[in-house]
Amino acid sequence: MIWDTLMAHSPALVIIIPLLAAFGTPLIGRAGKKYMYTWILCALALTELMTIVMLYHVFTNGTAIYVMGANPYNLAIPPDSHGIPVRIILTVDAFSSFMAFTASTVALAGGIYSIACEHEQTGQEKYYALLLLMLVGMLGMVLTGDLFNFFVFLEINSLASAALVAYHVDKGVATEAGFKYAIISAIGALMFLFAIGILYGEYDALNMAMIGSRMQFTNLDKIAMALITVTMAMKAGAIPMHYWVPDGYGKAPGAISAMLVTASQASLYGLFRMSFTVFGISANHVTLGWFIIILGVLSMFVGVTMALIQHDIKRLMAYHAISQTGYMLLGVGVGLATLGTAAFNQYGLAAMEGGIFHIINHAMYKGLLFLTAGAIIYRVGTSDLNKMGGLGHTMKYTSIFFIIGALSIAGIPPFNGFASKLMIYESVYQFQPVLSIIAMIVSILTLASFVKVFHSAFMGPKIHNVKEVPRSMLIGMAILTFFIILFGLFPNIALHYLVKPAAEALASPMGYLSRVLGGGP
Amino acid sequence: MMNFLGNFITPAGMWNPLIWVFVSLIIFLIAYLIWSRGESRYKKGTEQTLPFLSGYAPESAEGTHVRAGNIYWGFVTALKGYYKVLRKIHTGNVNDYVGWYVGILAIMLLIYLLWGGA
Repeated sequence: MIWDTLMAHSPALVIIIPLLAAFGTPLIGRAGKKYMYTWILCALALTELMTIVMLYHVFTNGTAIYVMGANPYNLAIPPDSHGIPVRIILTVDAFSSFMAFTASTVALAGGIYSIACEHEQTGQEKYYALLLLMLVGMLGMVLTGDLFNFFVFLEINSLASAALVAYHVDKGVATEAGFKYAIISAIGALMFLFAIGILYGEYDALNMAMIGSRMQFTNLDKIAMALITVTMAMKAGAIPMHYWVPDGYGKAPGAISAMLVTASQASLYGLFRMSFTVFGISANHVTLGWFIIILGVLSMFVGVTMALIQHDIKRLMAYHAISQTGYMLLGVGVGLATLGTAAFNQYGLAAMEGGIFHIINHAMYKGLLFLTAGAIIYRVGTSDLNKMGGLGHTMKYTSIFFIIGALSIAGIPPFNGFASKLMIYESVYQFQPVLSIIAMIVSILTLASFVKVFHSAFMGPKIHNVKEVPRSMLIGMAILTFFIILFGLFPNIALHYLVKPAAEALASPMGYLSRVLGGGP
Repeated sequence: MMNFLGNFITPAGMWNPLIWVFVSLIIFLIAYLIWSRGESRYKKGTEQTLPFLSGYAPESAEGTHVRAGNIYWGFVTALKGYYKVLRKIHTGNVNDYVGWYVGILAIMLLIYLLWGGA
């Protein structure tokens, strides 16, 4: 009975727990830091637990609907609403729950890591409140079935992220990075809101499923599609709209850089959700698919080549984040370009699975790499690789975590990056061999880049007299390492429970639409 | 319940990480056995442990470390033209960030209006 209730209300609880915890943090913080840390960790752990419950619920029962304020809770279309879904509706399919699990896991690792990493900073209650709000924004974006709510959560995510990017101030440089992020996010959100206005004016609805089912694909819809897809691609950090990424990721605290990866992925979710579910049925899949593929290839190649010349460890990793986003765009773009053709079953779905698998893999290994970068900066006091060396002598655990993350991002077996990249290489090769070859070259350059970082930071004579980072930072890194090894050695676990259901849910918009518009509980 | 220890089926074949790890361990074992049969001449604290810089004595321990800025110098120099363009467009100016976003938006608007429909 309790279990059933918990499962049924899990979509709402996943958002409500961190939201209430965020507003409670400044109050608890007044009682003392220890109480605040306990409060934060309990909130993050509980959110992670509820996400797993929701994941199980969706895996066993299919797409879940949760209507705020409705009785029963899953009544999407009340009898007096003239067939239109009203109220705030959370629509959680396998892709949504997959994204929520990714975001909450990285947030949990980031929260634990921050306790030691940020313990000397002032304004910690603000930091943790914003961290939780950032998580709320991400979770809301991936769980909502309503366009306007998506916009609201996008804004929560962007504002919290911008403030956290500026948290260290760093003689004004971090503040400038946060300000740039806030400006570009605000302009993007404005365009997104404009697109929502167009769609609402045309279809009298804000629900994604309702708009998707009513889509006429007029010229106004095409304008809305451009506004939404380009904004989401920009927020995901796709080249050539990526300029805010090295600034934002580079200047944010280590844990926040890791969370910014999943924040960008929430926008990537928005891009895929809108492309498949809202516009997918009526739009030209080939045009939309190739738009995503071209962004993907540009992001992969330009991202990695820009990373190679960086000597700031965080900026280097930020360019790699752009490059890895390219793999996800490429995989899902191929799936979209082949949707509805025989090629989709031959290799298109596999490409999508590879792209989606890469989302969670990237969140784990890039999250880990940002945490190791934060650990280095925490001890050495600089992010300049030219001023580092010999850290492997004393920071042994951080070195091991870095090696695991670096091998994984470069697609070296048996780590998780290899499994998803292998799926992308093989399926994309059948679509267009040259794209697959570019993807492999990018992996080689990625390895070269991380060899440079490893050599510069960890190898050579002992230059800095530093010791290993505190335990909570190591625990944060260990959590992400656990998933890297788990999904690397047992990729079938991720594929069976997370990736395949997510790819199938995304590729079948009719299932999503009928679940909401079926109306009844 | 699926077999999680089984093969990971990919679009063109299969992959088994556990077999890969097992084979890697065997290779490491063979490498270790060969290495252990070698002659051990390494003596700590002697000149054997000093870095060799073409016969010159290193100025300091720090001086022997190749810095990040010098790694891949050849690669970057070979692609000088490419990097010149990339560096030029990465201005750090937020006006340019918005400019690129608006530019791509305009291009995609045109493409969707022409070829966006099914």
